Amino acid sequence: MKKFDRHEGLVAPLDRANVDTDLIIPKQFLKSIKRTGFGVNLFDELRYLDEGEPGQDASQRPLNSDFVLNQPRYQGASILLTRRNFGCGSSREHAPWALEDFGFRAVIAPSFADIFYNNAFKNGLLLIPLAEDTVDRLFAEVAASEGYRLDVDLENQRVTTPSGEIIEFEVDAFRKQCLLEGLDDIGITLKDEAAIRSFQDKHRAARPWLFRDSA
Amino acid sequence: MAGQTLYDKLWSQHLVKERGDGTALIYIDRQLLHEVTSPQAFEGLRLAGRKPWRLDANLATPDHNVPTTLKERAEGNAGIKDPTSLIQVQTLDDNCVEFGIEEFKINDPRQGIVHVVGPEQGATLPGMTVVCGDSHTATHGAFGALAHGIGTSEVEHVLATQCLLAQKMKNMQVRVEGKLGTGVTSKDIVLAIIGRIGTAGGTGCAIEFAGSAIRDLSMEGRMTVCNMAIEAGARVGLIAVDDTTIDYLRDRHYAPTAAQWEAAVADWKNLVSDADARFDKVVTLDAAEIEPQVSWGTSPEMVTGISGEVPDPADSADETVQRGYSRALDYMGLAPKQKITDIRLDKVFIGSCTNSRIEDLREAAKVAKGKKVADSIMLAMVVPGSGLVKRQAEAEGLDRIFLDAGFEWREPGCSMCLAMNADKLGAGEHCASTSNRNFEGRQGYGGRTHLVSPAMAAAAAIAGHFVDVRGLGNDGAANDPTHVQEA
Repeated sequence: MKKFDRHEGLVAPLDRANVDTDLIIPKQFLKSIKRTGFGVNLFDELRYLDEGEPGQDASQRPLNSDFVLNQPRYQGASILLTRRNFGCGSSREHAPWALEDFGFRAVIAPSFADIFYNNAFKNGLLLIPLAEDTVDRLFAEVAASEGYRLDVDLENQRVTTPSGEIIEFEVDAFRKQCLLEGLDDIGITLKDEAAIRSFQDKHRAARPWLFRDSA
Repeated sequence: MAGQTLYDKLWSQHLVKERGDGTALIYIDRQLLHEVTSPQAFEGLRLAGRKPWRLDANLATPDHNVPTTLKERAEGNAGIKDPTSLIQVQTLDDNCVEFGIEEFKINDPRQGIVHVVGPEQGATLPGMTVVCGDSHTATHGAFGALAHGIGTSEVEHVLATQCLLAQKMKNMQVRVEGKLGTGVTSKDIVLAIIGRIGTAGGTGCAIEFAGSAIRDLSMEGRMTVCNMAIEAGARVGLIAVDDTTIDYLRDRHYAPTAAQWEAAVADWKNLVSDADARFDKVVTLDAAEIEPQVSWGTSPEMVTGISGEVPDPADSADETVQRGYSRALDYMGLAPKQKITDIRLDKVFIGSCTNSRIEDLREAAKVAKGKKVADSIMLAMVVPGSGLVKRQAEAEGLDRIFLDAGFEWREPGCSMCLAMNADKLGAGEHCASTSNRNFEGRQGYGGRTHLVSPAMAAAAAIAGHFVDVRGLGNDGAANDPTHVQEA
């Protein structure tokens, strides 16, 4: 997994609540059996004016010039600022894969949906929950100043604005550690192989019907 | 000390280890696999040279990409015309062979939507932890199992370690008390709940559905309720075990054998929240007040009763809500204050992991019997949840009722719920759908989804617009075109 310690980048505002994973990456692109290449279809229905299909040459597609990520001032954005309950809906990990592949390293919102939250951290994408009024203020600042950038410091759990204001954020200790070190979850869990085996033996003895091979 | 909730009990029965950093290792009893969210997980195992920890914990079936027309299905995988869909289904087949995982392939009579197949086979049992790379895994909580959707990295993690790294959720209880009105179903209960608490109302929580109206539901009805817990933001939906649960499981293929049955049942009977258990949040609904529900917007919380109307965004005090409502009405092509019964439909879809079980088909058939789908409806389709549901429905003659009324009778799969196969809405088309999500583009680019119960979908197919299924009786009212005003 890609490490995340500190990131400074351009902020793009997506001003809507309840952005669902179907909107982040529509289903026709879930047919890929790879983990990469989803960035070009991130927010496909918002970004393009035509109906997207897998394998198209995106450079030939008509762009929706009103959509925020198509506006010249937000080209190269790597921090997404959005509204509450971001990532609701399906469990598709293609959503964080698409955000990451597009170039986003962090998403700031008042709240995130649970499954998306898990999936994002497993792919080096930092989710930063901030209070609703703080998010309102950031939206206003982004709109007011072109080239608005934020500095995200995961180690110290701080976001610094261009004016030097410091905003602290919460992140669980485990997820923070994984991001800082770029750790592979499976490797971590397999260190507990003996504990898993011993649990499994007791579990099988207590409830053999849960094991199809002990009938 | 306060008693334990059902969720607390399931959690502690599967706790391998607290890790001291707020996370825990929990043991997973069952993983269901389908073609969309598993290929990258198997590839990860291959790249790392890992093998699945425990083969018999896994069960696979293709469901999202499979065609539902008889002609294509007769050809097996070769009938999948979209080459990318074909590769995905073929990859699942190949991975299951390579790793030794049991799979119900495309034309196996046991194939179907994972969340229909698991319970139907008895592969979902009370007291289990059940995961799948699909958010509607919450369905299995209807059995008193701890079940939730996971991402593909977690699918790989469970394959490799039989465990998940998890954080304990909060406990939320949603009580539905009293008797449902005639024609009001489990789908209406769960839509009404989502309308009440919102799509983030259960975020961070395991929701236990309780109360007399929930106890009165069949297992099919309970699965419909738990299925949509995720639409209320909760990864986990749960219902306590009772005789309805136990009766459903008897003699299912993977259910405990005769020698283990009594011990299993005795164990399952503890899978209820203690009387003095404490919940972090409790919400109560009166079943008698729930009307048949219809969603009007692009989020499952944008829902109202059949006697209601589309809201006026200007009536909301919250600016974000106002903008969301306006955007939704624009996308849906609806006007503020428009009556729900004035919404005209183009297509009707009865199916999905929410509503494709035998009871759902019976309810729809009851409404469709002896009637005709309105001429204005371009397509009305019924897609059974599994090959076995289809077989059962045919044995009961339900297929004839649907076909005589002008519905198409299809082969099992996820179909138009998310339109990964050829079944989809065209831009601007309104669909009465028994599925679970009305997101923009969900059922096809520009498609307009209205979430309803199977009975309401069948009634809408016959009338060509939404009607109150409670008022139908046998008087043919739904076939009366004067019943509706032009929208």
